[in-house]
Amino acid sequence: MSFVVNGNAVPGPADPRVSLLDHLRETLHLTGTKKGCNQGACGACTVLVDGERILSCLALAVQYDGRQITTIEGLAEAATLHPLQAAFIEHDGFQCGYCTPGQICSAIGMAAEARRGVPSHVSADLAAEVILTRDEIQERMSGNLCRCGAHNGIIDAIQATIAPAPTAETSAEMAA
Amino acid sequence: MTPFTYLRADTVNDAVRLGAGETAAFLGGGTNIVDLMRETVARHEILVDVTRLSDAVTETAEGGLLIGAAATNTAVAEHNGVRRRYPMLSRAILAGASAQIRNMATVGGNLLQRTRCTYFYDTDGSHCNKRAPGTGCDAREGFNRIHAILGASDACVATHPSDMCVALTALDAIVHIEGRDGARTLPFGELHRLPGDRPDLDTVLAAGELITAIELPPLGVAARSTYRKVRDRASYAFALISVAAALEMDGDRISDVRIAFGGVAHKPWRAAKAEAALRGELASEAGFRAAAAAEFADARPLRDNAFKPELATRTLAAVLAELAKGDVA
Repeated sequence: MSFVVNGNAVPGPADPRVSLLDHLRETLHLTGTKKGCNQGACGACTVLVDGERILSCLALAVQYDGRQITTIEGLAEAATLHPLQAAFIEHDGFQCGYCTPGQICSAIGMAAEARRGVPSHVSADLAAEVILTRDEIQERMSGNLCRCGAHNGIIDAIQATIAPAPTAETSAEMAA
Repeated sequence: MTPFTYLRADTVNDAVRLGAGETAAFLGGGTNIVDLMRETVARHEILVDVTRLSDAVTETAEGGLLIGAAATNTAVAEHNGVRRRYPMLSRAILAGASAQIRNMATVGGNLLQRTRCTYFYDTDGSHCNKRAPGTGCDAREGFNRIHAILGASDACVATHPSDMCVALTALDAIVHIEGRDGARTLPFGELHRLPGDRPDLDTVLAAGELITAIELPPLGVAARSTYRKVRDRASYAFALISVAAALEMDGDRISDVRIAFGGVAHKPWRAAKAEAALRGELASEAGFRAAAAAEFADARPLRDNAFKPELATRTLAAVLAELAKGDVA
């Protein structure tokens, strides 16, 4: 088996017990993805699979055969940071930085969910267009903890970078 | 983690054949079973990956929806038909876990997740009849804030952790099952069991039986429905109690109602007594409270959860008042 990480075909795990997180860090030496709780409670290990955010600590690598995985290492273009990475610096979206790769991958996944109209627990109307207010971002990012307490800066950075205006396509879909 | 063999099923027949052994288990998104295996609470020798089986959400001839068991929680919550016709189901799913977990977790796996009783997870020293039958239950006299108040036994006071399942039991969903002896269906309310003296068994499924789909019957009352969850923090926590409710009004009178509670029992709790107390009655705060009182008359709270009957009563009254006004999306 093989899968694609940040655009490169890489080998799969030698043992089915290996999590996607350990495979990324220990076998592929992509240590940007962090191991926090290793039990699905903190979000530090969040990566994108085919554009969707998941927890790599609860994922068996063997299940991701043939999928496209994006980690924090795959976001910058050469020497140019991803706009969200730059915004985290601008808005003090971290202190120690340990949760940051997970926060950023999670926010990118969240933006895609909002663009296609996925509602959240705090959405007043399940069928309405998604407007990423502070409350919405707070709820949608609740799977990513920051022990330094940089959440306000994190939300500022996300709001400044990701404010998806509803497209004509999603509006039509919701009206149908 | 105990070493295991990973097998992937491409068809339901494959899955049933590969998953037939005593030590085999089916693998969905892995969000619970991977953790259980890592903590050695579970020690399966074969995991059969069923995430490539049907994840489609399709219209049934009767006017309901059929949801493939491999559909992710997110896919069900965002489905337009679910949002419009069964809003309590979208709301229940969105109240559970985190977005990352909802993107991984499957419908079938959600139904079969294990309790979050901390003694169940503590393999280092706790007694737990669910994990190790016959060893006792440390939760009964221990820290039991999140535990059951209805239908528990001396052997086990655990609760079922799912939010989605609370909505599914209120919606009279039908579980589609495939086994070596062929296919069968079960009313959702009969899937999970009370602990009795066999708390190690969460459901009535026979070894090797696979959940292939969940069917939502057409249910007009569900169009005006919602789900409210009360927990120790604003998001990303299991329920202390939760309420799934649907209401249909005829003027001031309740013509139809569906109610289920989460966080109160070993299974998602369909509140048949409360429903019976409300059908045909005027919608009123006193009536809502009396219906809850009927349901919780048999409640047996533990040391740390005596707040649950009143919390569930207030939450039910608030939810029904909101639905009666009709201002719920």
